[in-house]
Amino acid sequence: MKITGAQLIIHLLERQGIRTIAGIPGGANLPLYDALSQSDKIRHILTRHEQGAAFIAQGMARVSGRPAVCFATSGPGAVNTLTAIADARMDSIPVICITGQVSGGMIGTDAFQEIDTYGMSIPITKHNFLVRSVDELLEVIPKAFCIAASGRPGPVLIDIPRDVQSGFLEFEEWPEPGRPSSLPQFKMQDIKEAAKMINNARRPVLYLGGGIIHAEAGNTALRLMEKASLPAVATLMGLGAVPSDHPLFMGMLGMHAARYTNLALEECDLLIAVGVRFDDRATGRVERFCSKAAIIHIDIDPAEIGKLKLAHTGIAGDAGQVMEALLPLIDSNLRREWLGHIEELKRHYPLQMPGKDDPSTPYGLITQVAAFLDDNAVITTDVGQHQMWTAQAYPLSRPRCWLTSGGLGTMGFGLPAAIGAALALPDRTVVCFSGDGSLMMNIQELATAVEENINVKIVLLDNNALGLVRQQQDLFFDGRFFASDYRYRPDFVRIAEGFGMRAVSLGSAVDPAATLADALSTPGPYLIHAPISADERVYPMVPPGGANIDMIGD
Amino acid sequence: MIEATYERPNTLLSRERHTILELIVNNHPGVMSHICGLFARRAYNMNGIFCLPFGNGSRSRIWLLVDKDQRLEQMIKQMLKLEDVLRVQQHDGNHEVFVQLERFFYF
Repeated sequence: MKITGAQLIIHLLERQGIRTIAGIPGGANLPLYDALSQSDKIRHILTRHEQGAAFIAQGMARVSGRPAVCFATSGPGAVNTLTAIADARMDSIPVICITGQVSGGMIGTDAFQEIDTYGMSIPITKHNFLVRSVDELLEVIPKAFCIAASGRPGPVLIDIPRDVQSGFLEFEEWPEPGRPSSLPQFKMQDIKEAAKMINNARRPVLYLGGGIIHAEAGNTALRLMEKASLPAVATLMGLGAVPSDHPLFMGMLGMHAARYTNLALEECDLLIAVGVRFDDRATGRVERFCSKAAIIHIDIDPAEIGKLKLAHTGIAGDAGQVMEALLPLIDSNLRREWLGHIEELKRHYPLQMPGKDDPSTPYGLITQVAAFLDDNAVITTDVGQHQMWTAQAYPLSRPRCWLTSGGLGTMGFGLPAAIGAALALPDRTVVCFSGDGSLMMNIQELATAVEENINVKIVLLDNNALGLVRQQQDLFFDGRFFASDYRYRPDFVRIAEGFGMRAVSLGSAVDPAATLADALSTPGPYLIHAPISADERVYPMVPPGGANIDMIGD
Repeated sequence: MIEATYERPNTLLSRERHTILELIVNNHPGVMSHICGLFARRAYNMNGIFCLPFGNGSRSRIWLLVDKDQRLEQMIKQMLKLEDVLRVQQHDGNHEVFVQLERFFYF
């Protein structure tokens, strides 16, 4: 068969099961878009910024666990994706970004919209490709999917010159679609060692992270917790792995953890770390994290084991497989004394959520939204105070219902990620908690949401400020607020309506609860504006560079 | 015109401070950027690099002269994560390869 490179790419993507692609066309990817226009399998989502397209791909990948694709043209289009690609790298999300490039003969001539996309994406991708000939595509596209999805997932960028897109290729057989490679082997000796440590521990804690979500191992973690009566904590990325209301679950650890959680970790004598990377937001000053504990570290990425903290037993393997291997060797143990002690700590130092019963406060609003939704809802957030309040207060009970920018903490993530989630899961309610600062960063995607009739509800906590920056200036810079308050307050309801989206402000609603309930249950995109005070604080807080036990506030 | 001095730093090629890594990598125009970029972004000092293809040209051998510190094991693990790195072997800091090359650098 004889087809163009562009047609080949589209067919290969179809063969990989891709059914939705977000992107923006431009000179250097027009042949690709022309081929896409002829596809009856793939739906294209035209975004208003390539960063939006790449975050939409992230949203799809985060809820499905499978690689998602975005398109951008050369030069500025490609560079615009880099923030979202870097974000995907930090949170290990399988996104495949296909960028157009100027024709091979023009590379290196400073041609129109030419940029070194390959060079610029090296540090922020799991791997990248610059395709030099049409026949390379047969190998590169499946390989990209394999790399993105294998082991620790991550973003892959494929830069495709225009002449490769329009060139012809004659070939006999379609290559096999790229699939994740087989999981690493681990030693039973290490499993036995770990099981022994768990059985002998007197104050163990299970520390769960994003890796549990990637491994689809939430249920296995729960069985391990229950069999050995292990109290568990989750990182920001691990929330939802196990139900948040489970009696053994102590919530999020680290910078904004409940006081009792960080205190319990300080007394822990065995930390069982599964699918985590000892990120500084979770550990605080790492030398002082769990200072009394031996550590078992289980992760699919061998480079993470021992990277920041010595692992007494390190097991490089799939979290689910490793925990399954451990289960039969773990003794049932009620651990009444340790659990009783944790209950005591929890009674004295619970997570305080001031205003929880007042929906005009952040905690109250988040709690009320949760009350109106069920556990089928998918929650995305942007970055900042609202993100932390939501992480603390929103009851999450299932994996892949919580989408948040963890490692890179990118403002502007929330709305496009929510759009991606809604595209992948059209029957679910998707709610994006955002802040005014964050929403502005990808506000143009309101147009995309309306045009595609995306079922996403944006709950906008508007304090007319960069709240978390303001908080840090208040607590650590003697209240010298600078560049953290906006001087003019935009009318977000009018802006959303200007984009064609339904919008309402709870601040001016006669019956805010009814207004909220109504908006959340109306199909289609909806902006729910909620004014809040810029003097609200996220507590507790571990000062940057401080140890987790040196929390400020309750 | 810059007067280049060709004096050999007398701390180079020391067994204590340096080690030599021998890599087998896929040979394509971006692979050296990947390796050098990794060291740069991890702020790990790479003193010397020598790369040539071998066999049918699909692979290359890279010799790296790097500082030896407690992060070396982590750096090797990071290199093995790179798709194009097929093998990493460690040698003593005064391995022949850079000793032989010296005559092209210092005179």
